[in-house]
Amino acid sequence: MSDHKYVPASKFGKWFNDRLPLLSLASHLSDYPTPKNLNYWWTFGGILTFCLITQIVTGLTLAMHYIAHADLAFESVEHIMRDVNYGWLIRYIHANGASMFFLAVYIHIFRSLFYGSYKSPREIIWIIGIIIYLLMMAAAFMGYVLPWGQMSFWGATVITNLFSAIPLVGEGIVNWLWGGYSVDNPTLTRFFTLHYLIPFLILGLVVLHIWALHIPGNNNPVGIDVKKPSKDTVPFHPYIVIKDAFALLMFTIVFAFFVFYSPNILGHADNYIEANPMVTPAHIVPEWYLLPFYAILRSVPDKLMGVVAMLSAILILAALPWLDTSKIRSAVFRPLYKQFYWILLVDVLVLGYVGAMPAEGLYLLIARVATAYYFIHFLIILPLLGFKEKTIPLPLSITEPVLGGFPMASAVKKKESLN
Amino acid sequence: MSEKKPERREFLFTASYAVGAVGVGAVVWPLIDQMNPDASVKALASTEVDISAVQSGKTITVLWRGKPVFIKRRTLEEIAEARAVKMEDLKDPQKDEDRAKDPEWLVMVGVCTHLGCVPLNDKGDYNGWFCPCHGSHYDTSGRIRKGPAPLNMEVPKYEFVNSNTIKIG
Repeated sequence: MSDHKYVPASKFGKWFNDRLPLLSLASHLSDYPTPKNLNYWWTFGGILTFCLITQIVTGLTLAMHYIAHADLAFESVEHIMRDVNYGWLIRYIHANGASMFFLAVYIHIFRSLFYGSYKSPREIIWIIGIIIYLLMMAAAFMGYVLPWGQMSFWGATVITNLFSAIPLVGEGIVNWLWGGYSVDNPTLTRFFTLHYLIPFLILGLVVLHIWALHIPGNNNPVGIDVKKPSKDTVPFHPYIVIKDAFALLMFTIVFAFFVFYSPNILGHADNYIEANPMVTPAHIVPEWYLLPFYAILRSVPDKLMGVVAMLSAILILAALPWLDTSKIRSAVFRPLYKQFYWILLVDVLVLGYVGAMPAEGLYLLIARVATAYYFIHFLIILPLLGFKEKTIPLPLSITEPVLGGFPMASAVKKKESLN
Repeated sequence: MSEKKPERREFLFTASYAVGAVGVGAVVWPLIDQMNPDASVKALASTEVDISAVQSGKTITVLWRGKPVFIKRRTLEEIAEARAVKMEDLKDPQKDEDRAKDPEWLVMVGVCTHLGCVPLNDKGDYNGWFCPCHGSHYDTSGRIRKGPAPLNMEVPKYEFVNSNTIKIG
């Protein structure tokens, strides 16, 4: 918070601000110098904040009608859908909101990967982001259990059983998680409690994420440091606020399309059958946003190693700032990395696709190759690339490419030297 | 620590931390242990099942501790198939004789040892069970033969109360 010079205009404002500097904070957020070359990929931070608040507000209202009990949960969800005023709308926003949240977070993460936003000095921002992402997955998984349909029940069974892979204490941990010898009422009530808690933990981490961001300031598409405030920056308000608002509007159109025109397309029909511990659905699939990791789990034939591979696939991201040895942030100036970036993106999409398919034959082979490549990308390609790659020279400032790039700039310099 | 005698103050600090840690542990433990299976869950530990109506080659599924238990009345061919398997072909070697007290009756927890799905009867490459979730195949003794599951399906504690009744648990 570098805005010590801020003084509120009114006398009351000054009195208040001397005691609790909220107005200084507001002034800092409003004036916060932002690189002026940020593109629309940078609007997803704001979109994600919107998603979080939407989930909290719709979640609170749903909790006023939902009953967390194995005998009543399924009916209470149908009660919300049929009887509660606008219950259908609130539930569809909440259910599709989870998917929209993940859509936005994946774009946000891949934006970071492309422009090297995780690199020094922004490692802490990145790691907080990964923790938020992990908490999002936990919240989404537990939320999916609450309607107590067949997918809820068997999804919960499969995921909690992952812990049984731990040698010696595995079974004890699983019984502790369940509060019994199978997924049952005690499991449902604690999942509801945690599902209620996690969004507020995420909210706290979002504050830290933004705080950590405001220390070095935003990265930008060119990936070079900007002097701030300077000609390279614009104040957050109104420039970024209005751009974020426009992007948010576009995003909510997509959101509304799902809510109003195909609210169940991202769900699974089996979840409209009440949970039955005696019958497993023929084909268990997690929600789309977890599919790549599910594919990694299934591609390893050993139970413990499958679980280890899946968790490593997520945790490896936290080590990314040190695995990527290149000093150049933006992929724009890294011709080789740029290609590997797109291969990785395709690889993750392929993993997502095979994760939804049965784990046999050709699908299993593809899943194994894609899993291997995922780890090769992070553990071999990225560390080597920093040493081998011949990068394109960086511009001197973010304004230079806008004014015509290198030839022009050097021409200007020549002219200057002639005079 | 070698020559210098610990100061009185250092000793007090260490002792305070130690007592504090014990206190925190004592307070945290009930908060953790409350999540373990409670008395009412543990009370449902045994179930009696009438098996008089089960015909040869058929399986019934009963709920025990919230989990399905398969009770299969095996045919002579199925018993012969289970007993003919060589131990070296098994991932989790176990004799069929050790799994079925009465060779005709196979009693086991119907939960796949991979990630807990319920396998389907009379399916798979070994004429036993097949788990639809991640493709584990079990034989006519419920032993794992192919797929990601590490262990045979669990045989619970059970006894024949009389010729028509099995008590599980």
